[in-house]
Amino acid sequence: MMEDFNSETDSDYTSYWRDWFVSSRGNEYFCEIDEDYLTDRFNLTGLNTEVAYYQYALDLVTDVFDLDADDDLREQIEKSARHLYGLVHARYIVTTRGLAKMLDKYKKCDFGKCPRVLCDGHPLLPMGQHDLPNMSTVKLYCPKCEDIYNPKSSRHASIDGAYFGTSFHSILFQVYPALNPEKSLRRYEPRIYGFKVHAAAALARWQDCCREDMQDRLAEFGMAHKFVEESDSEEENFEYGEENEPVKTEKVAGDAASGRMDLGN
Amino acid sequence: MSSSEGAPESWISSFCSLMGHEFFAEVSEDFIEDDFNLTGLQSQVPMYKEALEMILDVEPEDDEEEEEEEEEEEDEDEVLGDERPLGYRRAGDRRHARVASDLSVIESSAELLYGLIHQRYITSRPGIQQMLEKYEMQHFGVCPRVNCGGCKVLPVGRSDTPGQETVKLFCPGCMDIYTPPNSRFHSVDGAFFGTTFGCLFFMTFPDLSVGSRLDGPLSAAARAQSTLANRSPPPQMPNEPPTPEEQPVEINGMHTSNFCPGLGRGKIYDPKIYGFKVSEVSRVGPRMKWLRMKPRDIYEVDEARNYELNAADREEEAREHEAREREADNDGDTEMNAELSQEAAIANRKKAPMRRRRQGPSETAPSDQMSVQSAEIG
Repeated sequence: MMEDFNSETDSDYTSYWRDWFVSSRGNEYFCEIDEDYLTDRFNLTGLNTEVAYYQYALDLVTDVFDLDADDDLREQIEKSARHLYGLVHARYIVTTRGLAKMLDKYKKCDFGKCPRVLCDGHPLLPMGQHDLPNMSTVKLYCPKCEDIYNPKSSRHASIDGAYFGTSFHSILFQVYPALNPEKSLRRYEPRIYGFKVHAAAALARWQDCCREDMQDRLAEFGMAHKFVEESDSEEENFEYGEENEPVKTEKVAGDAASGRMDLGN
Repeated sequence: MSSSEGAPESWISSFCSLMGHEFFAEVSEDFIEDDFNLTGLQSQVPMYKEALEMILDVEPEDDEEEEEEEEEEEDEDEVLGDERPLGYRRAGDRRHARVASDLSVIESSAELLYGLIHQRYITSRPGIQQMLEKYEMQHFGVCPRVNCGGCKVLPVGRSDTPGQETVKLFCPGCMDIYTPPNSRFHSVDGAFFGTTFGCLFFMTFPDLSVGSRLDGPLSAAARAQSTLANRSPPPQMPNEPPTPEEQPVEINGMHTSNFCPGLGRGKIYDPKIYGFKVSEVSRVGPRMKWLRMKPRDIYEVDEARNYELNAADREEEAREHEAREREADNDGDTEMNAELSQEAAIANRKKAPMRRRRQGPSETAPSDQMSVQSAEIG
């Protein structure tokens, strides 16, 4: 990243800094912040204490930087500018326009796909575990299994999680509830020679009880929640269906079938 | 790649050093040479004999074998009319004489055959040992899930039949499977590892600590940081026992410490907005926490024990019931009553599994209810 930055400043830094920033390698998770948003001081409240060379950094980000600084200082300012951009980014992406931009990126799978096999490569969203910088790196949230994963690429693994914040993905689905994916009951069933492994199966049964409790609780609030597999069949059917007849709509649910006694080979 | 004579590397080791084949163990030749280990593979692999020869880097030994082999592949011989006399030549020459497409068919057959043998080999004693070494050197990578804290994973298949799905990674910390991060593995057949290997491995080496790497002293600073930031009760401290009560050393055939260390309290992601948890009752509230839950009191998944406890309760109930009956019906036939109540107890017992299923883990004891909730709150 440093090299990119050096070559960039050497040649031509009158070009739009933000354009360059979001399109440079490793910064694929960022969206471009509107100039209007950046120039509204209210949106930057408190950041001047967080970022060194705040004014210069802001000038650089908004393309009005014209200080004749030596290379060391310029490097410092560039670093501050990236930090500032990240912190403003965390605020920007929870605004209406920011959400829309990130939603576009989510739909294009810019943040990658869920590594969990049973999520079928559902698109991910970037998130941080902390809102304060320098605490943890960016993680990826899968709305399908509601869990968080490490980015697979090391160039993303070094981005600060605070540049996305803890709230963004939850807000996104609060604002666009229709986009919340249907949750699935499918899970991996470890097997040995076709037989389910007791420890895993016992835990799965226990978890199923917890899930049913949750569904009961939700029903009490009139929020009855159906999982994909339940949507057109009774819950009772499902309990047996899980074992004997893999749910028809789900193509990959066949692991139960294929895992079954494969003595042919 | 090809098995040209004089090359220092065997076909097997060159196959295993190919890009994307890093997960494979080198199957020992002894294992392949034992015909018993190859039972049934002949019907699954086209050009089986040639493929096997290629894997073992051997030349056809005698005429008899050669003829047998040629009977099997009459089609090829018809195409290559003058193949027959060449059969007596050394294997290498013979291969050079074949047309390129033929060679590539054998090559792919050899890969298929090797994969299928590999699936069996890694569940054998020497094979699983070899995979253990690879596992310990972290050749298969770590779990991508944040709360598994870099738990080492194993390659597994979702099917034992080749050509269905590519290789996946099994994480013992969360009992789930993941797609390998590197796309070079997206063309490796999962059947070459098989469905059995993942769990068999951890049952073979029950003393292997599967817990996350990050739980060591190395992460002390990181944990201190995270507790500072969270202000919620610390996710989990290695020194502090995971539950208030005494826990068994083993549960359902596994060491309790190795039983899904990536799941349960403190390992479940809790979505928050500006620091406030998103309510379950929200339309888009969390719905998948059950997938990562584990009882705080590990006895809750000891189904046999719970059944015994419930059965004891039920017998008690039945006895009380019987006593009451006797009181109410003093002049009746006591023996008959005893019989009746016994029947009732049996009927009760029959109903038991269903009841457990309905009411869930909270049934066993009042304290369990608490722990369920705390597991959710995590």
